[in-house]
Amino acid sequence: MDNQATYNYKVVRQFALMSVVWGIVGMLIGVIIASQLVWPELNFGPWFHFGRLRALHTSAVIFAFGGCGLIATSYYVVQRTCNVRLISDKLAAFTFWGYQAVIIACVITYPLGITFNKEYAEMEWPIKLLLAVVWVAYAIVFFGTLAKRKVKHIYVANWFYGAFILAVTLLHVVNSAFIPVSMWKSYSAYAGAVDAMVQWWYGHNAVGFFLTAGFLGMMYYFVPKQAGRPIYSYRLSVVHFWALSFTYMWAGPHHLHYTALPDWTQSLGMVFSLILLAPSWGGMINGIMTLSGAWHKLRTDPVLKFLITALSFYGMSTFEGPMMAIKSVNALSHYTDWTVGHVHSGALGWVAMITIGSMYYLIPRLFNREAMHSIKLIEVHFWIATLGILLYISSMWIAGVTQGLMWRAVNPDGTLTYAFIDAVKATHPYYFVRALGGLCFLSGMVLMLYNVLRTVTEGKAVDAEIPAVAAHA
Amino acid sequence: MTDFYSGFWGIYIAIIVIASLIGLAYLLKSQMVIKLKKGESADVLHHTWDGDLQEYNNPLPGWWVGLFVLTIAFAVGYLALYPGLVVFGNAIGWTSTKQYATEVKRADDKYAQLYAKFMPMPVPEVARNAEANGMGKRLFGTYCIQCHGVNAQGAKGFPNLTDNDWLYGGTPEKIEQTIQNGRHGQMPAFGAAFGEEKVRDVANYVIKISGRPHNELRAARGEATFKQVCAACHTPAGTGNQDVGAPNLTDKIWLYGGSEATIVETITNGRNNVMPAWKDFLGDAKVHVLAGYVYSLSHGNEAAK
Repeated sequence: MDNQATYNYKVVRQFALMSVVWGIVGMLIGVIIASQLVWPELNFGPWFHFGRLRALHTSAVIFAFGGCGLIATSYYVVQRTCNVRLISDKLAAFTFWGYQAVIIACVITYPLGITFNKEYAEMEWPIKLLLAVVWVAYAIVFFGTLAKRKVKHIYVANWFYGAFILAVTLLHVVNSAFIPVSMWKSYSAYAGAVDAMVQWWYGHNAVGFFLTAGFLGMMYYFVPKQAGRPIYSYRLSVVHFWALSFTYMWAGPHHLHYTALPDWTQSLGMVFSLILLAPSWGGMINGIMTLSGAWHKLRTDPVLKFLITALSFYGMSTFEGPMMAIKSVNALSHYTDWTVGHVHSGALGWVAMITIGSMYYLIPRLFNREAMHSIKLIEVHFWIATLGILLYISSMWIAGVTQGLMWRAVNPDGTLTYAFIDAVKATHPYYFVRALGGLCFLSGMVLMLYNVLRTVTEGKAVDAEIPAVAAHA
Repeated sequence: MTDFYSGFWGIYIAIIVIASLIGLAYLLKSQMVIKLKKGESADVLHHTWDGDLQEYNNPLPGWWVGLFVLTIAFAVGYLALYPGLVVFGNAIGWTSTKQYATEVKRADDKYAQLYAKFMPMPVPEVARNAEANGMGKRLFGTYCIQCHGVNAQGAKGFPNLTDNDWLYGGTPEKIEQTIQNGRHGQMPAFGAAFGEEKVRDVANYVIKISGRPHNELRAARGEATFKQVCAACHTPAGTGNQDVGAPNLTDKIWLYGGSEATIVETITNGRNNVMPAWKDFLGDAKVHVLAGYVYSLSHGNEAAK
């Protein structure tokens, strides 16, 4: 059905299903590169080498898995909280096919070694341009729909989705500034310390607006829906939304402590990273406290378990982050696997778990069903995913602190106690545990795919009707 | 402030930072409008989205406000003591350059004497001294293994230091000189001048003088070129010249490899090799101890005496 009486669920279904598919692809590559660190023999030829697959892993999980999840839920949420269909089905369809084309172009070019050499922004210039066009189309669909809303107030989830879409546009355009030299090679328009600063302004705001603001938008819809409770505090959401959006923009320099970056820039990056702690926790408090009065539901509802565990990991990572931004802590943690552990407590614990929980709520509703095919399988998925995360982050903490301490250990005569290779040897067993943790998490995703396929085949793809707006809204 | 050409930028940054901190505090204050009496519970706001989505109007949690204020206060204190506002603040005058210099000086004060006491000792004696040898080995582990390897046996392009075959000489003085000032080994490229055929002829002659199976015809043709051109550095006999770092070509030791293909590559493209100078970074005393260790690697029996 393609009329103004129903919501456009088709594009939501497409993005939601691709989110699960790309999740499996991205995490499979993650398990492969984790195994390559345990068994270097697994690096086959240049196309299957860690150096090339690593960029594919990060981009696939962040932009393909996370991105499809964000676009799916934002299209769903903006329609349902505005009581209006997406402004254009054609433009929405273009964002889907365009975004998939960008992902597939990356999947092909990264292993071929065609990259822009900027972390989390490795795509070469023709793909960058295509992404820019797709992203602008996405912004038009989202904000156009928001503008046509039938409800006066804008729901809090849409603030966060809106900030995510605007900031990512700005980040992509500024950081991608390139000078092309051929069809598949270009260089950054910036040089030296400025290039590094632009890259980490981009890199940390990708964390701030893609991996945080976007998924907070998801949280603000699916947590109260699944818990059946009102949001804890409107005031808190106002403060933490503006403070978070403003302060993240300053935090990038903490990736460049003790480098050629000027001292004053490093100091500002550090203090604003610390200020970021309270605004980040605002989201966690609002999510977790929403559950007060409904705590008993956690015992029986594995979807809620995913959502609340995600918020717990969000709170933990956003505490760990500001601590690691303190220069004296950073002197120990920087360049070690502690950073990798920190990223994954955010990426697996927060981003993946909030997405998985939201998908378990969303997918049955897109196929005219009350719930997923098997609640039992969701429960198994939850525990295997949690086990995977714990193995992953605890092994990387130990590995990271071990590396940091070994690198700085000195003998009584002032020489280094350990050669670099000694720290590599000491890390090796933890790399195995990490790969095992990743494998657990991936197995959970395979269960999810099975559960989703069963739900889809047992259900029927329908577009829900748009209800009349309640009088007091 | 040396980071900028103009004083304007310092003022610009300071104003933005201070306005931002005040703005954050104001944002927090502006939303602290709800007060609940003990036992009272918050109202639900009169908006509903998507059927049942609602919001309580709970006040900001007190401990959370405290945390927010604490981090802003920390920012003010930190920027007063450390650089950040560019034009003022940084009361303790901290810079990363100064911190580095202080730490280097502290380490020098602490360790200098340990190394200095071996300065009067000749290198072969340093090599035999157990304490100095241990220190030298640890210096080697910190600064040298990246190129020369953990066992000092080198790799392609990086000389083996245990075989008593020397590019620049293995006397105590020469070893110390190499570490102090570094070395820059250059072999010119002859590909263009010789042409492909002639390069292979010379390569076969080089294989011949190192006593290995070769193409007799090519070697015979290459001999003339070798004696005319290559001999300038490698000597007519091909035994090398340590004064210019030209390797001995008559032994079985190859810096880049002794296969015909590799020798052809070497003659065609030349070689360019750098060992960095350590004089300024390590200082004379550490170089002396290090020289003792390197000397001991190829004088094992002698050192044991």
